[in-house]
Parts: sequence; C-alpha cells; structure tokens
Amino acid sequence: MDALLLARIQFAFTIGFHFLFPAMTLGTALVILISETLHLIKKEDVYRRITDFFARLLGLIFVIGAATGIVMEFSFGTNWSEYSRAVGDIFGPILAAEGVIAFFLESVFVGVLIFGRKRVSAKVYWVAALMVFLGGHLSAFWIIVANSWMQTPAGYEISAAGKIVLNSFSDAVFNPSTIVRFLHTVLASWVTCAVMVSGIAGYYVRKGLHDQTARTMLKIGVVLFAITPLVQLGAAHAHAIQVINTQPVKAAAMEGHFHTTRGADIYVLGYVDAANEKTYGISIPKGLSFLYNFDFNSEIKGLNDYPKDNWPPLNLVFQSYHIMVGLGMIFIALGLLGALLLWTGKIYTAKWYLFLLPFLIPLPHVAHETGWITAEVGRQPWIIYGLMKTAAASSVVVSAGELIFSLAMFTLVYLLLFVMFILLFVKIIKQGPAAS
Amino acid sequence: MENIQHFQILWCGLIYILFLGYALLDGFDLGVATLLPFLGGNKKDKDTLIASIGPVWDGNEVWLITAGGALFAAFPHVYATAFSGFYLAMMLVLLALIFRAVSMEFRANDPARTGFWEKTFVGGSALAALLFGVALGNVIYGVPLDDRMEFAGSFFTLLRPVPLVFGVTGLAAVILQGASWAVMKTEGDLQARSFKAVRILTGINVVTATIYFVMLIATFPRLSGNVLFYVAIVFTCAGLIGLFFSLRKKNDAAPFWESSFSFIGLFLAASAAHFPNLITASNDPNLSLTIYNSSTGLYTLQVMAVIALIGMPIVIGYTIFVYRLFKGKAKADDHY
Repeated sequence: MDALLLARIQFAFTIGFHFLFPAMTLGTALVILISETLHLIKKEDVYRRITDFFARLLGLIFVIGAATGIVMEFSFGTNWSEYSRAVGDIFGPILAAEGVIAFFLESVFVGVLIFGRKRVSAKVYWVAALMVFLGGHLSAFWIIVANSWMQTPAGYEISAAGKIVLNSFSDAVFNPSTIVRFLHTVLASWVTCAVMVSGIAGYYVRKGLHDQTARTMLKIGVVLFAITPLVQLGAAHAHAIQVINTQPVKAAAMEGHFHTTRGADIYVLGYVDAANEKTYGISIPKGLSFLYNFDFNSEIKGLNDYPKDNWPPLNLVFQSYHIMVGLGMIFIALGLLGALLLWTGKIYTAKWYLFLLPFLIPLPHVAHETGWITAEVGRQPWIIYGLMKTAAASSVVVSAGELIFSLAMFTLVYLLLFVMFILLFVKIIKQGPAAS
Repeated sequence: MENIQHFQILWCGLIYILFLGYALLDGFDLGVATLLPFLGGNKKDKDTLIASIGPVWDGNEVWLITAGGALFAAFPHVYATAFSGFYLAMMLVLLALIFRAVSMEFRANDPARTGFWEKTFVGGSALAALLFGVALGNVIYGVPLDDRMEFAGSFFTLLRPVPLVFGVTGLAAVILQGASWAVMKTEGDLQARSFKAVRILTGINVVTATIYFVMLIATFPRLSGNVLFYVAIVFTCAGLIGLFFSLRKKNDAAPFWESSFSFIGLFLAASAAHFPNLITASNDPNLSLTIYNSSTGLYTLQVMAVIALIGMPIVIGYTIFVYRLFKGKAKADDHY
C-alpha cells in the first residue's frame, strides 16, 4: 500500500477516535454548568450530586480526549509536513491561538472541577465550571476555524513565490463557513450529551435507583434532548445552504445530484452509481430545490458541471450524509416525545421509553462521525478546497513501512483505550451519584 | 527586512520560554511519576504522590501543545522537518504521553490492574522525559538535511552520543524536579524518602550537568565567547549548591525552586548553543534551518505576538490562582 493512502487511513482513524471524546466533553461541561448553577441558586443538594457525578465522568472523558488530541497536533508535522510548510502562515496561528486562548483555560480549570470540591467554595467551584465550559467551547471554536479554513479558505493571498500568505487574520478566522460549522458541531456535541444524560438517568429511574437525583437528572437530560436536536435542525439547514453556495461539488455529492437542474429532487434513501453517473432511491420531487431557498424551481448545480478529477468518492459521501440526517430526524422525534412525556408527568413510569433511552447513547456518535466523514471526504481530492490537493500534502520522508508501524501502534493502543473507556464508563454509571 | 528579524528573534525567544515552561512544570509531574516505584512504599503513598500532580498535570501539558502550535505558526519548516524526520521517535513520544495521561485515570478506577497501570504510568513518563532531551540534542547538534529542508537521516541518526547526553541530562533534571516537588507536597516517611531522593539526584545532576557543559563547550567552541553560556553555568551551579544547603536545613519549599533554577541553566546553555539555528544541518551549514529562513511572514508573526503577549500573562495569572487553590500538602484521599 502506498504511503499517502496509509497516512490518510491513519489520520481518519485517529481523528475519528479522538472526536468521540471532545464531543462528550462539551456537552458534559454544559450539563455540569447547568446543574452547578442550579446548585448555587437553589442550594439543593441534589444538584451537587449531579455535578459531582458528571465531573467524575468528565475526568475519564477529558483525559482520553487530551491524550488522543495531542496526537492530532503532532500529526500535521509528522504525517502532513508538506501541508504544514504550505499553510504555516495561517493554520499555525490558529492552532497556537487554540492553545493560548482556549485549551489552557479548559485544562487548568478541569483540575479544579475534578479535584477541587473539598478545597474551594461553591462560588469558586461554579467559576471553574464556567471556565471549563468556556475553555472547551473556545477550543472547539479554534479547531473548527482551522478546519473551516480548509473547507472555505479566506484571508490569504498567493505571493510572487507561490506561497500562501496571510493577509487578513479576521477574514481567515471568520471565513464563510466558520460560524455555521461551529454552531453545527457544538450542537452535535450537546445532542450527544443530552442523549447520554437521558440514557443514564433513564436507566436509573427504570431500575428505581438514586431516587430524586435520578429524576432530576432525567429532567435535565430530556429537556436538553427536546431542545438541542430542534435547534440543530436550523443550524444544519444553514450549514447545508453554505455548502451548496461555497462547495457545490461536495453538496452535489451529498445529494447524488449529477445534472444541473431547476426543480431538483431530494433522496431520502438511495445509492449512487458513480461509474454510470446515476443515483437510485426514494426521492421527493423538487425537494432539494425547495430546501435550497424555499423555491421549488431554484437551480442546483450538478456534478457534471465539474471535472471528474475533482469529485470526491460519491457513494461514501452520500451514505454518510444520509445516515447523519436520518439519525437527526430520529433524535428530533424521540426528544419531542420525551418532552411530551415529561410535560404530562408520565415519563417516570413510561417503562418502554426509559428502556429505550440507554440504547440511544451510541447513536449521536454515529451521527457526528458520519457528519465528519461527509465534511472531510466530501472535500476530497482537496486538502484545502480549491487550493491544495491532499496528494501533495503528505510527508515526503515518511515511508510506508513507518506508517504501517504507527498505524498498528495506534490501532492497538486505541483499542485498549476504547475497551478501558467502555469498562470504566459503565463502572462509574453503576456506582452512580453519591447517596442523598 | 530588519523589522521581520525583530519578530523572528522575539518568536524564537517566546518558543524557548514555552518549552522552558513545559520543562519546569510538566517536568515535575513526569519526575514524580518516574520516582513512583522508588518513593511510593505502599498504595497510600503512591496515591498521595499522584494526588500531588493530579489537579495540575493537564494544564502543564498544555505548555507543550502551545509550544508545538507556536512552532508551527512561527517556524513551520522546523515543525515540519523535525516532526516528519523524527517520525518513529515522535510516535514513541506520543505513545509515552498517551500512557502517562490515561494511566492515572485508569489506575484510580480499575483497582484490579493497579500494578499494570502504574507500570505504564512510570514507563510513559520516563520515556517522554528522556526523548524530549534527545530530540532537542539532535536539532542542536545537527542532523543531515537535504536541499528541500527534509531530514536525510534515519532513526539511528538520532541515537548518537551527543544527543543521548542531552537526553540523560534532561531526564536527570526532570527526576530532580519531581523529587523536589514531592518534598514540598508530602509529609512524614514519604517526605523523608523524597529528601533522600533529592540528595541522591542532586549528586547525579552535578555529574550529568558537568558532563553536559563540558560536552557543549567541546562540541561548540564558539560558546567560549558567549555570555549566555556562562550565565547558564552560574544558574545551574547556584541551583545545585542551593540544594545542598536546603537539604541540610531540611527546607521543604526551597529545593523545588533550586531544582528549577538548575534546570533553567541547562536550558539557557542549550539555547546559547542553538541560536540562531533551529535545526542545524550536520552535512552542510548552509542547509541549516535558522530563525531567518524558516519563519512565516511578518504579518503572521505580528498577529501571533499580539495573541501571545496578551494571552500568556492571563494564562500565567489563572495558573498561579489554581496552584494556590491546591497549595499545601497533598493527601491520599484528594484523589477520587
């Protein structure tokens, strides 16, 4: 196998694994901030127990996220050195800003959250919760800035020597896709955690464990579960419009749309036959055009308008995108159902719903992983959309043999981390929050 | 043109400060970890030692992440050449850093395999501490580079005697840093053992630092005219001599600062030998990556300077705040 393909597999694997953890961190930081704020206002012990429980889970999640995150920072230099040489002017400062402005804040205060309960006052503890929340989300912001710049580069010029040179830091940071992709990603993380909290609390309530603590936890979880997927629908729509406008090839691949047409159909399910340039499946007539700008006859660009060399792998992008959207719809339905049960006061006895909740915990992870596959594979063959090809970006001195070694190492180590994470995650849940 | 040189020098200095911050801070928690089998008699003592670093190691490691990001932003060619060139060594660094991080958490939550997670914790920490020195030694001593700034050696190029002296010297300094932190944060028998460790390690550091300075002046004769090199020797000597006096008086706070002082001296000497090269080419001095030929543009360096000069004082401010929250002796049950 050639070195480029191995480097791509390694990056996909290590980033895909890493993202599982920050996706949980952001939402967990939100839940901790909510329950600690309620603790400070209402002075009820039940909120303190909820905070402490999730701070313990956060300790486990955060450490694996940090350990696998440092791999990502190294990987631009180790595996994508030609990319690093080309974009040091822009991509470098964004990563450095992430460290200075965000990750320090999160990491320094996460220690207080996990170890500081007995040492600090309630107010200082709340400040720590706020700082972890802010630090985590700022960190996500800068990482999304970096990735968005690869999707929709801005704020640069090409120098006489052919180098990519920064000419406006604010344009590079607030490039056309940053804000909408930041919102979409953060909401994905909040959905992930809303489902996680609901799942854990649902299990407790159904088993009759932890009384009031479990019921309050369920309430927090289900309220978030009802709100976040709905808000996500808006952010997702805005993101899709941005992709159609700024990355039309990716948008066409997501929809399996070959011919530029007015009144384009949208596929609910399907299969893209790239060789014969045909998409099969169940479609809603004129659906895509309608969603684009609420006009059944708006024009949608098709893949045939672009050279075939610049197409991403079509079926993979199509399927990933559709799995993500399908799961999003399921979350909206189940979240609203939960809210209805909560509102009518039936949720604590709705055994079937409580039974279902824990099984949902992995699904948001499937949704955000497929979402990232859509975003990243959909950008191919470019590493920086329209500017630099992925094939020109990998390290020239790293051999296939070295990559096989490192890929084997990461596979084994991450398998171990994954098994340990599942075991300890289940163990902490079984131990549960402190007794009242 | 002269203007950009000011910023290139500024960034070289700032990156040195970030790596120095990392060495001093993560140094003590890597050092405590390395000493765990020697200092931690029973489980409770080990818990106490880990509790002393538990709340702060995360923040300490961000110094490395930020230093790496700053290197990428200011000198991308150095970042690209070193990280891709030293590929297998970098993979070992990552392996070590992953294990030292997760092992603390796994050990606390997985009592059935405490012994295993202690071994990975100790091994990961010691290996990381050793490899950082070896890497620094290589870029200072020089590695073969081609005319496209790419590394032209192999994994074994990295294991020559001079870089290995850097590695061993750094490891000894890190462990001393850990032992003196343990003295500050513990009491009773554990503290007595930590004092003993500081005494032994001070002796070891006298030997390693002497070899290191002699090797530097022999390898880089130009250092004899460099004031910074002599300042560095004074720092390290002052730190190590101070340690002897503090040990006599059983002072539990001063050794950490004296150890840090000695470590700063080692670092200053490295920077004196290094500047203005960032990666020395051993095959042809004209191929070296210097702060002048490997940096990003003026505007990027300026933007970064604004972010760093406003951001880092704030970071240092809240870091001190959090250290103060956890000041005093560590307790075994501080650990969850």
